[in-house]
Amino acid sequence: MTVASEFMNDVDKPGAEVQTGIRLTEQQLRARRARSIAIALALGVFVILIFLVTLVRLSSNVQTPHM
Amino acid sequence: MSVTLSRVEPSIAGVGDYIELMKPRVMSLVVFTALVGLLIAPGHVHPVIGFAALLCITVGAGAAGALNMWYDADIDARMVRTSSRPIPRGRVSPGEAAGFGFTLAVFSVVTLGLLVNVLAAALLAFTIFFYVAIYTVWLKRSTPQNIVIGGAAGALPPVIGWTAASGTLAAEPILLFLIIFFWTPPHFWALSLYRVEDYVRAGIPMLPVVAGEHETRRQILLYTLILAPLGVMPWLLGYAGPAYGVAALTLGAGMMLLALRVRGERSGHVASKRLFGFSILYLFALFAMLLVDRMSGGLLGHLAA
Repeated sequence: MTVASEFMNDVDKPGAEVQTGIRLTEQQLRARRARSIAIALALGVFVILIFLVTLVRLSSNVQTPHM
Repeated sequence: MSVTLSRVEPSIAGVGDYIELMKPRVMSLVVFTALVGLLIAPGHVHPVIGFAALLCITVGAGAAGALNMWYDADIDARMVRTSSRPIPRGRVSPGEAAGFGFTLAVFSVVTLGLLVNVLAAALLAFTIFFYVAIYTVWLKRSTPQNIVIGGAAGALPPVIGWTAASGTLAAEPILLFLIIFFWTPPHFWALSLYRVEDYVRAGIPMLPVVAGEHETRRQILLYTLILAPLGVMPWLLGYAGPAYGVAALTLGAGMMLLALRVRGERSGHVASKRLFGFSILYLFALFAMLLVDRMSGGLLGHLAA
């Protein structure tokens, strides 16, 4: 695996702008974007699932109410 | 004073790597057997609830697979069959795999408990625990009986499916559990016969490594002698019609024939490879016939009779 990122900490250089953090490569950015989309889709499916199950449970309770 | 900063490499893992962590081929068997358990259970289960149950069982199985790959990363790297898995390949870090697996395990169990029922959720939690803690962490590296006892985890999905639909346990899903339980040793030992160098390299005490090929071939035959009649039991006990019975007898005879060939094989592993391949077909076909028989309301049975 290639070393794809580096810490930027140039505080030693006089007058240099302080830049701290990790710079992602194109490959890492693409992978992160794909993971983010997958997580969003999974969350969407989860919300829809909860919504549908709630509808099913509520409608069955309406049909046979617990007295 | 010098301070050394540890560099944490940002992840390059794609969605495919995470799917691979969940062992999709194992998941397909879990989904199918759970579906059969769910559909043959008595009473009516709403399709949405059934889908939710199946999704939770699938994700739970995937979680167990990811946790297995996390713990076994060291031995996976030493085996040809598993060296291209996401962690040995460096696509996913062990920490990422552990976090992914643990999160999915908690989510799947809690969601199954909240949306379907607590008994099914408890069984799913037990299955994940058994596969990860009992099989992966304990048995796999310590005894040649690893896949025999550990096979219980793979045999539970139809029971979870049944309880998800009915909310109770019964003899029929336990029979399905026993079929998969006794199917597991011939299936995995047939594979281990022609992958023995892999297991030696990884230091896993599989039966051919510890007891030799001759004993493994004998035990494959013994387990198949139990499996073949067990496969017919759903018909004999009245849970399935004659069409299922005919299919189970035919498939069981096929397993027996191949196990006998494995027993008699002196050199090479042609029979072992055939048995491994046929064993997958055997389980899928047996459960598919059970489902078809039940869904058709015994129609196939009447036609065959």
